[in-house]
Amino acid sequence: MTDISSNTPGQGARVASSLLTEDKRTKKRNAAEKRFKAYGIAAIAVGLFFLAALLFAIISNGTRAFTQTFVTLDIELLEEKLDKNGNRDIEEIKKVSTFGYSPLLDAAVTKMVTDSGVETPITKAKDLKQLLSSGAAGDLRAFVVANPDRIGDTVEFRIAASSRVDGYLKGRVTRESLARDKNLSPEHLDIVDALKEQGVVKKSFNWDFILGADASDSRPEQAGMGVAMLGSFFMMLVVLALSLPIGVATSIYLEEFAPQNWFTDLIEVNISNLAAVPSIVFGILGLAVFIQFAHLPQSAPLVGGLVLTLMTLPTIIISTRASLKSVPPSIRDAALGVGASKMQAVFHHVLPLAMPGILTGTIIGLAQALGETAPLLLIGMVGFIASNYPEGVMDGFVSPNSAMPAQIYEWAKRADPAFYERAWGGIIILLVFLITMNIIAIFLRRRFERRW
Amino acid sequence: MDDLRSVERIVSDDEKTKISAKNVQVYYGDTHAIRDVDVEIADKTVTAFIGPSGCGKSTFLRCLNRMNDTIDICRVEGDIRIDGEDIYDKRVDPVQLRAKVGMVFQKPNPFPKSIYDNVAYGPRIHGLAHSKAELDEIVEKSLRRGAIWNEVKDRLDAPGTGLSGGQQQRLCIARAVATEPEVLLMDEPCSALDPIATAQVEELIDELRQSYSVVIVTHSMQQAARVSQRTAFFHLGNLVEFGETGQIFTNPTDERTESYISGRIG
Repeated sequence: MTDISSNTPGQGARVASSLLTEDKRTKKRNAAEKRFKAYGIAAIAVGLFFLAALLFAIISNGTRAFTQTFVTLDIELLEEKLDKNGNRDIEEIKKVSTFGYSPLLDAAVTKMVTDSGVETPITKAKDLKQLLSSGAAGDLRAFVVANPDRIGDTVEFRIAASSRVDGYLKGRVTRESLARDKNLSPEHLDIVDALKEQGVVKKSFNWDFILGADASDSRPEQAGMGVAMLGSFFMMLVVLALSLPIGVATSIYLEEFAPQNWFTDLIEVNISNLAAVPSIVFGILGLAVFIQFAHLPQSAPLVGGLVLTLMTLPTIIISTRASLKSVPPSIRDAALGVGASKMQAVFHHVLPLAMPGILTGTIIGLAQALGETAPLLLIGMVGFIASNYPEGVMDGFVSPNSAMPAQIYEWAKRADPAFYERAWGGIIILLVFLITMNIIAIFLRRRFERRW
Repeated sequence: MDDLRSVERIVSDDEKTKISAKNVQVYYGDTHAIRDVDVEIADKTVTAFIGPSGCGKSTFLRCLNRMNDTIDICRVEGDIRIDGEDIYDKRVDPVQLRAKVGMVFQKPNPFPKSIYDNVAYGPRIHGLAHSKAELDEIVEKSLRRGAIWNEVKDRLDAPGTGLSGGQQQRLCIARAVATEPEVLLMDEPCSALDPIATAQVEELIDELRQSYSVVIVTHSMQQAARVSQRTAFFHLGNLVEFGETGQIFTNPTDERTESYISGRIG
């Protein structure tokens, strides 16, 4: 096209047209663009809809777990029942089992119902006691063992109502559903209604759900997340202590020092593949290696942490390598050019610049590990009741415990709908942790991101 | 080529050879990037490497401080001596070599740290300063040599990356001279700079000649003519011609040199 002045229209030459009207091709192109934008918006809308539905389900089901119905009860701690010899010897007081406390509760419940002035066909104290959690006697005993000097006094207790009563106040249990229930009868609910009006039965925020220990099948009202939370905490300590140094060292070596050959290529491919291995495979590996071969204790957060470390390592390595790669090579040249050794160049210049990426990757990896359930099933962190707080740090690592997601799974498995409600509540707690960690990751990235 | 006059072109006969390269071959994998290069670089002179893109001038420059070691597939053969010592000898630690042979890169690449730390980094890792006062002195001296002291003396704590392009490049030069090198390699130091900054850097190069042997790779023939005493012309991995700058630009012996200088190839 050298001859610009030529005005003989060749093949496909443009016809003179106005800029103010769209020609056919432009119209088609614009329509395609509009369509594409519409697809995008539709996709996002669908995504948002599902997210909203999920959040709605979680919140509407889960928030109820954070409140609990309590009954305020005056209990007379009779000396002749609890300390026959009257010498307040703690060993002798401990010998009285929870059965020894039942009569005290019976008396207190009967008195409470009589005082309320409700007409009820239920007369037996044993039946009336169904209003309270079956763990009430245990709580009472724990209080007396801790405060033996109160024996003989009349003490006001706030005792968790049974899960049926709790469910009635939350709308989960109705009179119709109770007709098929052996534990509680509609007549009980009349009492509850009256007591509620008098303020004896009250719903309030349940710290025990967040901080407390898990409870057995018969008393869902006392089950809490606290011990499992500690289990998760100790696991995360193990994961952080192992996967961060190993992962970062591996990445730095592979990215900055390792020669490019078939062997390092092989390692690289394997690391990428490890990231895609189903977590249950890591679980069975952990079972075989850590428990059966190395004889580490079962169900221990230490083992859980080791398994999750294996799972988290690929994530950390991949993200660390990506952030090392994103540091411009001119920085390495600059450092080498003034006579820094390779290691000095990496540690003085490359690593600090890659730090936000490494931290973000690590936190995301930890968040992933925190929510992981499948490998924990295989090393025995489910299927028992995590009812004891660890006694000290060492015990926290090696004594059997659960973890938050495992605890949720455990609750969801149990029959009582009160546990089901707690499973949803547990999910809220877990999500709060995950969201917090992600926010920290975003914050760190913003805070330390440097330009060059 | 009026600017040829800007540097007096007196190259005394008794000058000392700083770097001597003999029969240098460089391979990138199977590619033979540089063939049979023989160059003698004199002390306290500016030597320019010119040539079209991809002719190997930067590669050869990077051989002189073994920066090519960082490229896995690169292999260097031949004999390169600085003050008579073979720099590819097994006993030579490249880190020590690079302290002796400083380098300034094409793109200004200050560390994302303060101006002070940029310059102080080299002296720190080589232990050149024994006290804070000594280090301050080195930093000031280097920044003065880099002809940037007056512009930055009030904001030594400001990040080096916040300077303008020309200032950044002079900062990089200051950083390179802070380690007291004997040779300064410059890989197209002005290609990212505007004419004013270029003029400043060129002036600086001429001053640096008092203390160092400077080797500069450049795309601009005018620049080579302005700043250098000797010029080497590379073409397709071969050293075509090497001699006094005046001679190369006014009366080249090889016809390829002449074609390049007059703009027919490149």
